[in-house]
Amino acid sequence: MMDQPENYDVVLFNCVSHAIKAEKVLKATGLTFKIIPVPRHISSDCGVCLRFPREQKGAVEAALQGQVEVREIRPLC
Amino acid sequence: MNFLYFDNAATTWPKPQEMLDAMIRYQETVGGSPGRSAHRLSIEAARIVYDTREAVAELFGIDDPLRIVFTKNATEGLNTAIQGLLRPGDHCITSGMEHNSVMRPLRAMEAKGVDVSVIPCRDDGTLEPSDVEAAIRPRTKLIVLIHASNIIGTLMPVRKVGAIAKRHGIPLLVDAAQTAGAIPIDVGAMNIDLLAFTGHKSLFGPQGTGGLYIREGLDEQIPPLMMGGTGSRSEFEEQPNFMPDKYESGTPNAIGLAGLGAGIGFLRTVGIDAIREKETALTKAFLEGAGTLKGIHLYGPPDMRKRTSVVSFNIEGMSPSEAAMHLDENYRILCRPGLHCAPLAHRTVGTFPQGTLRFSFGYYNTLGQIQKALKALEKISRGH
Ligand SMILES: Cc1ncc(COP(=O)(O)O)c(C=O)c1O
Repeated sequence: MMDQPENYDVVLFNCVSHAIKAEKVLKATGLTFKIIPVPRHISSDCGVCLRFPREQKGAVEAALQGQVEVREIRPLC
Repeated sequence: MNFLYFDNAATTWPKPQEMLDAMIRYQETVGGSPGRSAHRLSIEAARIVYDTREAVAELFGIDDPLRIVFTKNATEGLNTAIQGLLRPGDHCITSGMEHNSVMRPLRAMEAKGVDVSVIPCRDDGTLEPSDVEAAIRPRTKLIVLIHASNIIGTLMPVRKVGAIAKRHGIPLLVDAAQTAGAIPIDVGAMNIDLLAFTGHKSLFGPQGTGGLYIREGLDEQIPPLMMGGTGSRSEFEEQPNFMPDKYESGTPNAIGLAGLGAGIGFLRTVGIDAIREKETALTKAFLEGAGTLKGIHLYGPPDMRKRTSVVSFNIEGMSPSEAAMHLDENYRILCRPGLHCAPLAHRTVGTFPQGTLRFSFGYYNTLGQIQKALKALEKISRGH
């Protein structure tokens, strides 16, 4: 099932400004994604991250490449 | 509100309705702490702050909005750059037309062992770029230049000094307090490495907004003035070292930045050129009219291509503060007398220590107001 957490990856950022920039960049591509709080098990940070279906990983990486500083792209769980 | 508000160089007034609406809308419908929490109101606040960053970046030809640090005004941006870049033993070059928001931090750095060269300007404020080049030493680490005088409106040769700075590999810091929004600025074309701007003047934003553009790479040499919570990397007790959080500690003025974004939106809708054209027409009418009045002494370049809409003058036999009080009480003309936080520039112009009377025109002034003011000045200069 698509909405199983194991089908998602997340992009982690250094700060919220980078996340918002990434949101703008991805919106322009038409890819599906959602801004969510960084899950507790990933980091104790108070920020947000970008969640997207894993099969889009290549497209997300390509879109953000050279546009936004990314800390890490990793599985949601 | 039947004033003749001629103090737009201090802060523009009134502001566009769009700016007021954006601030009310922000507080009513958003109002979260940007980037602190991950709920929708916090994220929406972060989006609004980002949109303003983007609007500023576009306006100044900056590719990456994250190169812009928001501050409470131009002064904080100038201090970040000056105190951050200069070390004892370094040399810094500036002009004889600077504001105290540059001179005071520079004098403080001088007391810590930084050498400061102040390049003299002519009494109309003009600066010879070759004089800047001649002052460069092996230890010159920074050139600081005001973009336009806040007392007599003179436009400074930023592009030429920028080319010199680039040729010598020295960072150029520009004080754009008087020009951001009034005169086109392109950091790439003008070779500006650091640009300090304020939100509450020609960008039509509220007081308490401003910023500093820092060219890529330079931030590594500039420590922040303040440290604290940024909402990012909260697991660490050390200040983050990435833009813009490195320089943006504490809850930002998000409501103000919502207003600044709308102010810049207004500026773009009307157009910087249309605003400049209108302000030029007003200033020209004033200068021509005042030039025919006996007992009025005007300062600064008469050619509108060489100046902004900030004018300074004196009335024979009357101190600037006396004249300003008289104009306010009897004619509802609001202006600014004295030294305008720029004693150095007034020395250059030859008006230290008494200063001048400054009229600074803005987009909301009218030709009718200029006529009224000229009539008032005629009466006053003839002896009340
Ligand atoms: C030339 C100049 N530089 C700097 C400033 C400082 O701006 P702010 O008071 O917004 O920090 C001003 C205006 O006050 C100014 O006219």
